[in-house]
Amino acid sequence: MAVGFSSVDDELFREIILDHYRNPRHKGGLDPADVTLEANNPLCGDEILLSLRLRQGAVEGIAFSGRGCSISQASASMMCDSVAGKPTDEASATVQRFRDMMLAEGGVDGLGDLEALQGVKRYPVRVKCALLPWNALLQGLADGSAGENRP
Amino acid sequence: MTAITDPATLDVDRVRADFPVLARRIGERPLVYLDSAATSQKPLPVLDAVERYYWYSNANVHRGVHTLGTEATELFENARRRIAAFIDAPEDGVVFVRNATEGINLVAASYARELLSPGDRIVLTEMEHHSNLVPWQLAAEHAGLELAYIGVRDDGTLDLERAAELLRPPTRLLSIAHQSNVLGTINPVRQLVEMAHEHGAVVCVDAAQSVPHMPVSVRSLDCDFLAFSGHKMCAPMGIGVLWARPELLERMPPFLGGGSMILRVDLDHSTWNSVPHKFEAGTPDVASAAGLAVACDYLDAVGRDRIHAHELSLTRHLLDVLDEVGGLSVYGPGSVPERGGAVSFNVADVHPHDVGTILDREGVAVRAGHHCCQPLMRRLDVDATVRASMYLYNTHAEIDALGAALHEVKRVFRV
Ligand SMILES: Cc1ncc(COP(=O)(O)O)c(C=O)c1O
Repeated sequence: MAVGFSSVDDELFREIILDHYRNPRHKGGLDPADVTLEANNPLCGDEILLSLRLRQGAVEGIAFSGRGCSISQASASMMCDSVAGKPTDEASATVQRFRDMMLAEGGVDGLGDLEALQGVKRYPVRVKCALLPWNALLQGLADGSAGENRP
Repeated sequence: MTAITDPATLDVDRVRADFPVLARRIGERPLVYLDSAATSQKPLPVLDAVERYYWYSNANVHRGVHTLGTEATELFENARRRIAAFIDAPEDGVVFVRNATEGINLVAASYARELLSPGDRIVLTEMEHHSNLVPWQLAAEHAGLELAYIGVRDDGTLDLERAAELLRPPTRLLSIAHQSNVLGTINPVRQLVEMAHEHGAVVCVDAAQSVPHMPVSVRSLDCDFLAFSGHKMCAPMGIGVLWARPELLERMPPFLGGGSMILRVDLDHSTWNSVPHKFEAGTPDVASAAGLAVACDYLDAVGRDRIHAHELSLTRHLLDVLDEVGGLSVYGPGSVPERGGAVSFNVADVHPHDVGTILDREGVAVRAGHHCCQPLMRRLDVDATVRASMYLYNTHAEIDALGAALHEVKRVFRV
């Protein structure tokens, strides 16, 4: 388990989630950006605009803007933290592990702070909120690597 | 010993006993249902009426000569009469539709789109539900009509000076919510109808949030159209009503074509059944119509004045509780006589969905979101709100439970 869960933490709204909600990392735009993607959940109005700069097989830059609940916004902030500067194949693997954690039975180790979002699993309608930015990243990595391969 | 109850007050324990779902628990907690503006719960007599229909009288209406067919037709037409009486309106103006949305679409399609001319203006307000916006946008686009909006003032009431400016030529139609589903504001419909009529415009009232909660008289409002949904007033989902002045229905072309709405069909053209049947194509939801008639009986037996007074008392208590919780932004009129029992608010910087999730854990059901009022959200400069809405079966203790649950929200989010 990742560190930082105090005993008074709420199972869903953990301290670290509230911290990322209130002090989002990587929030804003990216200049230049190779790929920008919009993800939204029309049901609840959550919006994420994700910008990526992929260079030499790595996530050189990543930023997001948007609005929505603590889960979607904290998830975006934590996601950006976890993949910034990483090789794209490593970032893709993180996306896969995160999606597995949220959608599959049982827990997952090795995702660090992101494991705090596991509490969301008990609230099926909120899982979409947590996955929103990750779906954008998945698409962005696919689009971006296609772009990088172009002559 | 029989309890002696004040005839002026509603016996809420007795009412609650009629609503089986209110005995439910959400996890460990009793259900506190504060989402009646979205849809109301259903009392036993209504559930019985629906079941009885399918057990004993099910048949298609206005068709066969057999006994069941006659009984079903009678039930359906009696329901029409009952509803006309409930809203104090001539009965041949009662058109059965699925819900308020369909009723408004009918007026937009068969009146605005067909009978108005390019350049004519339709006036709406900034606080309308999407159901009272989008149908007019569609009609306006199709028929070259202009749309204009009466603004909402900071206190959640309409800008009546602007209304006076707008309700003159080329305005031909005003469509307006009687009570806002977000702010709870009760709009001065009677006054607006007078202003509109003075300049020859007709008025359509979205009564989805008023007919369930207070006595509404079409005759005294003097409106031309009025739409509402059964499911918000203790009746089943799937039935709603459009009331329209019969002489307008006569002039309007049909909305949907099909069985029941015709007099004679030839291969090259058809003629229409009399009003209101001209607007009821296909097999209707007879069971739900029967259920709606029983819902009218039920609400009248409890007493609509009493229901309204009960809701005002709950609303006053809710506003006090929200004030006591502290740190909230509350939207809409602060004083009770101008507002009904739907109250929107936000808790500091906590997103409404997060508030809704924590309240649900405490057994408290509220609505969180834009409430199908995106333009109003923009006017309030918020993405969404939390809304608590009340009905005849809610108690002061439930409002206290909401207050306690909001303290839990503040604790979890450290605000
Ligand atoms: C003011 C208002 N108008 C219209 C509607 C639409 O009702 P329905 O979805 O039953 O057609 C609603 C329901 O939320 C409402 O609150």
